[in-house]
Amino acid sequence: MSAYPTSIDKPRIVKIEEAKAETPTVKTFTFHDKACSGAPPGQFLMVWIPGVDEIPMSLSMASPAGLSAITVKKVGEASEALYNLKRGDVIGVRGPYGRGFTLASGNLLMAGGGTGMACLMLLAEKLAKPTNKVTCIIGAKTRSELLFLERMKRIFPEVVTTTDDGSYGLKGLATDAMKQALAKQKFNMVYTCGPEIMMFKAFQLAEQSNVPIQASLERIMRCSIGLCGSCMIGEFRVCIDGPVLTSQELRRVKEEFGAYKRDFTGRKTKI
Amino acid sequence: MVEADVRVEIAGLRLRNPLVLAAGVLGVTGFSLRRVAEAGAGAVVTKSIGPKPREGYANPTLLETSCGFLNAMGLPNPGANEFGNEIKYAKEAGVPVIASIFGASKQEFAHVGSLMEKAGADALELNVSCPHAEVSDFGQSPDLTYGIVEAVKKSVDIPVFVKLTPNVTDIVTIARKAEDAGADALTCVNTLKAMAIDIETGRPILANKVGGLSGPAIKPVAVRCVYEVSKAVNIPVIGCGGITHWEDAVEFMLAGASAVQIGSAIALRGLDIFKDITEGIRAYLERKGYGSVKEIVGLSHKY
Repeated sequence: MSAYPTSIDKPRIVKIEEAKAETPTVKTFTFHDKACSGAPPGQFLMVWIPGVDEIPMSLSMASPAGLSAITVKKVGEASEALYNLKRGDVIGVRGPYGRGFTLASGNLLMAGGGTGMACLMLLAEKLAKPTNKVTCIIGAKTRSELLFLERMKRIFPEVVTTTDDGSYGLKGLATDAMKQALAKQKFNMVYTCGPEIMMFKAFQLAEQSNVPIQASLERIMRCSIGLCGSCMIGEFRVCIDGPVLTSQELRRVKEEFGAYKRDFTGRKTKI
Repeated sequence: MVEADVRVEIAGLRLRNPLVLAAGVLGVTGFSLRRVAEAGAGAVVTKSIGPKPREGYANPTLLETSCGFLNAMGLPNPGANEFGNEIKYAKEAGVPVIASIFGASKQEFAHVGSLMEKAGADALELNVSCPHAEVSDFGQSPDLTYGIVEAVKKSVDIPVFVKLTPNVTDIVTIARKAEDAGADALTCVNTLKAMAIDIETGRPILANKVGGLSGPAIKPVAVRCVYEVSKAVNIPVIGCGGITHWEDAVEFMLAGASAVQIGSAIALRGLDIFKDITEGIRAYLERKGYGSVKEIVGLSHKY
């Protein structure tokens, strides 16, 4: 890497080619961006909604030709503004940033909750090989919020669903299904992305079963290039040391993981 | 051959090498400060801390420009009461921890300064020069700078550094005022006021519209400021602005800096930069036949 920048890292303006409703609260936005082509699963973009904010979003698609997508749930002001954009509107993107998932092989388990499925969708496409056996658990609050169920079913025969209200699949959390799967089979790797409480449970279960895990974390992001320190968890900068942390790394931050995060002022707040 | 000595002393603080982590970079948590210290920094400066918790501006807060970064974070910080624990943790790394502080008045500066001293800070660096927050134009006024330095000096016993802004007609006037008020060292310089506009949407990119430019783009400006200020005052000057390679650090020291700060370059070269630049300085000293890094400070003044 040159010590001086050769390509300038500022928002690239891209046009939304498609805005597809995935669930009543989640949409996928597709756009062309060469810099995202072939990005490894788990990397993220900083997405600028001009006049509103800039927020980190996982890539849910990154084709070799540069067709890329982010999958957005309306939760706060910025994500709602993004959610309300239409085909033809523009956003700015910079990245992709961070260290994504490492591809393992053998008997693999994926457990996603809510929009955590976005980065697992991209991962799933990379893991779909005849030599791998993949079990995919999709968790959501209710049936209509199960994200990427059809897409996952097209790739893997083993898709397990859980809903908090029992409206579809097992009643309970994705980690309840994970516990059952871990009791029945020996896995070579667990991948997880979702609410942090869920990922922390997944980490504990994986540790009890002696299975390595990779979890994609979320923290407040500002610079996303390892300078500002807004996204620290323990000694790690989630933006460049993560967002995906391994079992070994998660053990080093177990006082913070699943327990607290830093707010916009840098104060510790309970998760 | 005897290994060249890279240790320096600034206002009584002993640094194992002249490289200091600049304010605003990886300075929000005790963990991150400690990690930078463990990576080889001679001292670390915290994120600027004010009297109350502050969220800062909405994103975008940072973008890259040709040969530099433009940022307007808006001084996010957890407030002086909360930050004490981070200082205590950072100090476990065993290098001096310098608390960067700001306030809306000289009383607030003095209050935050004394809280940081109680928490264990080894020195203060007064941020009178953030180019993009409403509490930040003090450093453009010689008299306001004097008043703040005087007030802080009265309320603490640890050394007080003042970080000067280059966004002034004559930096030497401000530097002299800070020295007269009792400053123990001067950091030259903070970022240059700047902006960037996206040509597709026509919008300023930073949410705050205006921000501060750092990185290689501002290095020649910073070298000039260090040169002028170090010739005019009798207190140590700490250079800051675009230091990316050991050659940059040596250039600042020849210009008159007793130590240098590194910030933006961490994004370009990672945390190994502290060890790499220290080794580069050491090799330069040995090649040139100097026994100590102190010997090169201000050498360019004689020409």
